[in-house]
Amino acid sequence: MSTIDFISLIPVLIIAGAPLLILIIISIFRKYEVVYGITLLSLIISFISIFVILPDIPHNIVPLFTIDYFSLFFSGIILISAFFIVLLSYSYIKQVGGFKEEYYIILLTGTLGAMLLTMASDFILFFLGFEILSISLYVMISFQKAKKLSIEAGIKYLILASASSAFLLFGMALIYTQTGTMEFNTLAIYIKNTGFLSPLIIFGFGMMLVGIGFKLALAPFHMWTPDVYQGSPTPVSAYIATVSKGALMAVFIRFFISIQGAKNASFFIVITAIAILTMFVGNFLAIRQQNIKRLLGYSSITNMGFVLIILLIGGSRGVQAGIFYLITYFIATIGAFGVLSVLSTRAEDIEKRSEIKGLYWKRPWLAGFFTLSLFSLAGLPLTMGFIGKFYVIFEGVKSGLFLLIFVMVVSSLISLYYYLRVVGALFAKQKPELNSEARLPAISYSGGLALTLISAIILFLGVFPGWLLEIIIKWIVL
Amino acid sequence: MILFYCIILLIAGAIVSWIAGKWSPGAARIISLLTVLTDLIATVFFIFIPKEKGTPWLINMKAEWIKVFGINLNFSLDGLSLLLLLLTFFIGIIAIIISWKEIKFRVGFYQFNLLLTLAGITGVFLSMDLFLFYFFWELMLIPMFFIIGIWGDKNRKKAAYKFFLFSQIGGLLMLISILSLYFIHGAQTGVYTFNFGQLTGTMMSPATAYLIMSGFLAAFFVKLPVIPLHNWLPDAYVSAPFSGTILLAALLSKTAAYGLLRFIFPLFPDAALSFAPIGMILGIIGILYGAKLAYAQTDLKRLVAYTSISHMGFIVLGVFALNHFAYQGVVIQMLAHGITIAALFIIVWSLNTRLKTRNLDSLGGLWSNVPIIGSMGLIFAMASLGLPGMGNFIAEFLILLGTFKANVVMASIASVGLLASAIYTLRMIQRIFFGKKQVERKIDDLSILEKSIFGALIIVILWLGLYPNPILDIASPAINKSIIPLQSQSINSVNGSGLSSNKNIYFLH
Repeated sequence: MSTIDFISLIPVLIIAGAPLLILIIISIFRKYEVVYGITLLSLIISFISIFVILPDIPHNIVPLFTIDYFSLFFSGIILISAFFIVLLSYSYIKQVGGFKEEYYIILLTGTLGAMLLTMASDFILFFLGFEILSISLYVMISFQKAKKLSIEAGIKYLILASASSAFLLFGMALIYTQTGTMEFNTLAIYIKNTGFLSPLIIFGFGMMLVGIGFKLALAPFHMWTPDVYQGSPTPVSAYIATVSKGALMAVFIRFFISIQGAKNASFFIVITAIAILTMFVGNFLAIRQQNIKRLLGYSSITNMGFVLIILLIGGSRGVQAGIFYLITYFIATIGAFGVLSVLSTRAEDIEKRSEIKGLYWKRPWLAGFFTLSLFSLAGLPLTMGFIGKFYVIFEGVKSGLFLLIFVMVVSSLISLYYYLRVVGALFAKQKPELNSEARLPAISYSGGLALTLISAIILFLGVFPGWLLEIIIKWIVL
Repeated sequence: MILFYCIILLIAGAIVSWIAGKWSPGAARIISLLTVLTDLIATVFFIFIPKEKGTPWLINMKAEWIKVFGINLNFSLDGLSLLLLLLTFFIGIIAIIISWKEIKFRVGFYQFNLLLTLAGITGVFLSMDLFLFYFFWELMLIPMFFIIGIWGDKNRKKAAYKFFLFSQIGGLLMLISILSLYFIHGAQTGVYTFNFGQLTGTMMSPATAYLIMSGFLAAFFVKLPVIPLHNWLPDAYVSAPFSGTILLAALLSKTAAYGLLRFIFPLFPDAALSFAPIGMILGIIGILYGAKLAYAQTDLKRLVAYTSISHMGFIVLGVFALNHFAYQGVVIQMLAHGITIAALFIIVWSLNTRLKTRNLDSLGGLWSNVPIIGSMGLIFAMASLGLPGMGNFIAEFLILLGTFKANVVMASIASVGLLASAIYTLRMIQRIFFGKKQVERKIDDLSILEKSIFGALIIVILWLGLYPNPILDIASPAINKSIIPLQSQSINSVNGSGLSSNKNIYFLH
């Protein structure tokens, strides 16, 4: 490994080293705040180191890593998301009984897996990152050992995710038998040269799609979503919705773009069908949903459907729109889950719509943050979600994907209805059911800081999105 | 930049009054009143600004916003927007004064929403960049949603959702149209821009133009509303608090009328021409069906809401009559209807607060109890039915005149609408103020403040009715601009662009 290899891996190495450091520290003395601080610090340092290594990239460490602007940009988004989730986890995880410092170790390893996924241009690293992320998630989901739902969700996720890993691995193996390569680029060349796809390869791709589709919760592989989102600790739900999905989306985008999937008619039809199905399924299940965590789960399904559209646009333009959309979705989703998690107490999670009724009159700031996040998810003006949705529609219309854009518009409208119902509950005239002060916890500084920052970002990027768009368009070229 | 500051001032005022509302409701109201008053005064000064040389605008500003998409902060003021801004701020002040007594709950947040709605409306009237137009178009929905959803009556939730979703459907279809237009124009010229002025010359196949136009029409027809899309209106108008209803009826519906007038013909001259007969029929259906529904109501607020549909029908009719007379009529109708409908809702409000009912069956013979409310009611009922001397008469007369030039049959049918409006309006007045006396106890008549509101409204409506020439003069460059693409094709009887509004109006005297 040469020096430059080493340098270009610094962000990953920091995230890989931090869990080890924490392990050593907690074996000597356990202090929740210290572990929390180290976690935050490692995320920040790793994020800063991205800028340090920028001059040395793009750099490939053959055959595993591709460290380019795309992967670093995605890593940056993942680190920021993880940062906010850690801030929001502080008070939530503190209430969990028993050992709780391990949560941060696992969160960091999960983030490591996610970062590896963004750099994968090869089946090996793809699977490696996939598994590191999955295994971390099993633990995170069932971290509230005292809660039945949490354990249930963990086991469900364990079984289904293992099955999906098997599918993914089998698909990779099939493709490897036929083509003899594990690298995306060589695979692309193979497909280009042979000109047609043999049944084995198609089958392989299909299997991989099942594996990826499971993690991204694309219909019809979305069944696990509501239960897992509801059962997980609230910050972990946010983690699944953002970090996990973002990383998978990154590798899926890279894979799909490098094999030029959008130009292949059968891929195009399959992805179109999945996208349309995903957008509708998520929405229709969300309409009657009373539980906000489940509702946000369904909304994450729909949002992934939107992102699939950009795959079909093909090329850098689509990817740029997709990345911007993902950023808007991440920030808003973390904001929404964040409000729920700072409201939750040891006794119970706040997650039903009836429980937040009239929150505005009790906790105007929290309700304001929540409203802003939901408006951003719904794509209303002045929030960054508006620009994100506009960008996707913009590129979609430009590429003439009118059917998909029409479906997207219709499903945005449907989603607006259920977001508005939550907002309506926040501003309902009744006194909130959580009337006694004991049930309405004080908000920790870190949670408040995270929510304030998120809201500021939502508004700022809603009004001044230009600079970020320019950065994305300049740097993200696939 | 001054136009931009007008909007920013409203937004800033909104935030300040929200914060101030935490300590004192009165402060929130005063801040919001002062904010709108400042904007009104500024707008009055705009009247005296000489036109910029070489452009059709009085004031024009352009700054970059999102360069990647070619989106600019492009605000322009011409006569039409100027008149509508005056209406906006005038009605805005009245709405704030009405909310003074009406809204006791979370005053700060109410004023925040009210001012934000006004900011959205102002933005719509000033934006010359289609993206910006869409942005403000959507922006005004959100605070209105809260106004209906939080301060409305018991049916408020359903009404708020309905209002929001209907408007959103229209808005998103308009967005797709705007984007299609942007790309078609970009592909032709290589210039990717949302600038309205640059997009006007875009060439399209008839089918494409028709499709894209229908996206715009969807948004405008929902907001106006045109008959099959009016479903949200009665719920929203009735459920909203009165000051919110005034904003909805007097201002939000005008944004749609403005959009029709400003954008449809310049952007899609051919498609608009071929759509014109359908548009006129829709207008007539609106006039007659709205009148019929209004006649059938027993809830006074709902009745007035339906009259609004009927009067908006005249605007649709006039817009699609495609000539100068009709356009002048549409401009006056926008202003006159804004004033009249606000006044009628205030009358309903003042009866409602005094009697705690607005059911026609439990009203009657009120003239002897409250003669001043009665006479105000009579005046604005007369205005609404188009009595000569009031603004509405000029408006509807000009629209019918224009329609007559375009299509005699339609004009004749639409004239029935005047009769119909006389019937429902007189029935309304008769059932409230005359007939068997239902209420014996003493009721307070209008207070000084309420009298002065009505006084201001009467002055404006009489001015519009008796001496509309200055108004038409202010509006005429904008009207000419909207109609120029048509002149070469359809209107041979009108002689070039040198038509001055004064000539048209002479025969009225």
